[in-house]
Amino acid sequence: MRKIAKSALDSLFAAMSESKKVYLPVDGEGGARYQLWTEGTVLSEAVNTVRSAKDFFFPQTENLVEFKMEGKKLDVIDVRRETEDFVIFGVRACDVRSFDILDRVFLGAPVDTYYKNRREHGVIVSLACNKPAETCFCQTFGIDASAPAGDIVCHMTDDTLFLDAKTEKGEKLLATLEGVTEPCADSAADEQKALIRSRLDKLPLKGLTADKFGGDKTKEFFNDPAWASLSESCLGCGTCTFVCPTCQCYDIKDFKTADGVRRFRCWDSCMYSEFTKMSAGQPRLTQKERFRQRFMHKLVYYPANNEGIFGCVGCGRCLAKCPIQMNIVKVMKKLGEGGDKND
Amino acid sequence: MIDMKEPLMPVVGEVVDIRLDTPDIKTFRVVTPDGKKAFEHRPGQCAMLSIPGVGEAMFSITSSPTNTEYMEFSIKKCGCVTEWLHSMEVGQQITIRGPYGNPFPVDDVFAGKNLLFIAGGVGLAPLRSVINYCRHYRDRYGKIDIVYGSRSKDDLLDYKEIIDEWANDANVHVHLTIDREQEGWDGHVGFVPNYVKELGFDTDKIAVLCGPPVMIKFTLAGLYELGFEKTQIYTTLELRMKCGIGKCGRCNVGSKYVCKDGPVFRFDQLDELPDEY
Repeated sequence: MRKIAKSALDSLFAAMSESKKVYLPVDGEGGARYQLWTEGTVLSEAVNTVRSAKDFFFPQTENLVEFKMEGKKLDVIDVRRETEDFVIFGVRACDVRSFDILDRVFLGAPVDTYYKNRREHGVIVSLACNKPAETCFCQTFGIDASAPAGDIVCHMTDDTLFLDAKTEKGEKLLATLEGVTEPCADSAADEQKALIRSRLDKLPLKGLTADKFGGDKTKEFFNDPAWASLSESCLGCGTCTFVCPTCQCYDIKDFKTADGVRRFRCWDSCMYSEFTKMSAGQPRLTQKERFRQRFMHKLVYYPANNEGIFGCVGCGRCLAKCPIQMNIVKVMKKLGEGGDKND
Repeated sequence: MIDMKEPLMPVVGEVVDIRLDTPDIKTFRVVTPDGKKAFEHRPGQCAMLSIPGVGEAMFSITSSPTNTEYMEFSIKKCGCVTEWLHSMEVGQQITIRGPYGNPFPVDDVFAGKNLLFIAGGVGLAPLRSVINYCRHYRDRYGKIDIVYGSRSKDDLLDYKEIIDEWANDANVHVHLTIDREQEGWDGHVGFVPNYVKELGFDTDKIAVLCGPPVMIKFTLAGLYELGFEKTQIYTTLELRMKCGIGKCGRCNVGSKYVCKDGPVFRFDQLDELPDEY
């Protein structure tokens, strides 16, 4: 383990930036967002970014291929360029877990080569949550915000940042930072970890469990009467999907350029009616079915395909952002209650 | 499972033949610009065809894998992409990627068995691939029955091939039907589900169904009446798809992705899925 004074963080980021681009949460209008570090950029102390970190590996829009057309002739042009190495600094435990959830989708056979390319070039430096929010429920999914995963795991005290390399990628990066950091005992961050754990214990959603859900629960929950009232006010705006670190549905669209066609993919949402609409019909007729799909996927279908791992990390973004205050916590509490009381 | 290096990257395909099969179905023959098959497939698998700028859509490959020269797609005009495809002329280049999905288990489960194929309308397109595969390896399978129906005589897909080739094969029995009486038609008249019951098949076979949802529903009920078990009946599903590799989320039904885990399903497997297809 190594450490650096909090007051010297600029020199840490400068040293990282020598070999790689460094992105970190920065405060701005409406909250914290990941930004490229340049001299003077200040690390946000917000518990999390407004948008998740999935953009780095699964960008909101991404070009897939281009076409040139002349008469009846057509050319397919691979427009991908080599991705540069980059560091994402300050990723919270929930978002780090989301990468594992996305990996199981995109890196499962057949591999999504666009995602893989970005994933291989990214180094994840996580940061334990000093002040978890009341919307946080990562513990429900076995995530410990005092001990995130990541290539390098960091803990911050009032005056010091501790860095602990956990992977080969992390060790390589940490080795390049020897000039600005100094060694310390492996137990140096223990006090901070204990402090965070005591705060996690006091969170209002601490007791929430997902035990009743899982891969074999389709029949149990699919026809639950509660879906009707839960989805009743859903606007189908898709905000929950876009801020969600694990939502990975996408669309593929074509865009006519001056001299050809560019095919790109962009985030999509199962909350939209267009999502499943075919010329032959619409398998999810109302918002109830679309709403149900999103939660069934996270709580039942995803675990069915991924050894019981849930497709939610408890980051709480949907709790904070839904315009009608509906969210996965309410869904988890209400399902399986056997009634349809709207309380 | 599909093993593809670049599953989202299409190649160029050239349309070298267009056949007007019915008033709203055309069959397109596709090869690469140097005249080869774009890729190998198994019966029941699908491919993504696109016209850049218009869109991309998934179609079943109607030609048999035993055809070494080209691939064929029978496509009904019913949306943006299919309308554009129908307006194409020979020589048009399009893009093609695939193959996607799981095929029919022609080499294990089907081997040595009697087979009953039941199709309605353009539902014959995916079955033609299996039928011609089984005809090619004729000695590997038992008796083959084919029940095929459509609205009218003019709506029967691959009519010439059915009459000239399939019907003349040893131990292949073709049963055609159209919905209503029509001049020049002396064959059976009536809907597919009723015809299947009238024909009263033995249950010593595997049944493969493909057609409009209402046909599937009533044919299935008819087969159960005849004593067929869900484990003996296969079908192919169709849902909206974008990626073809089980990632974009569109064709997700329960824990399955139709593009990757389907499109071929057995009815007992469908029972495990929520009713959302």
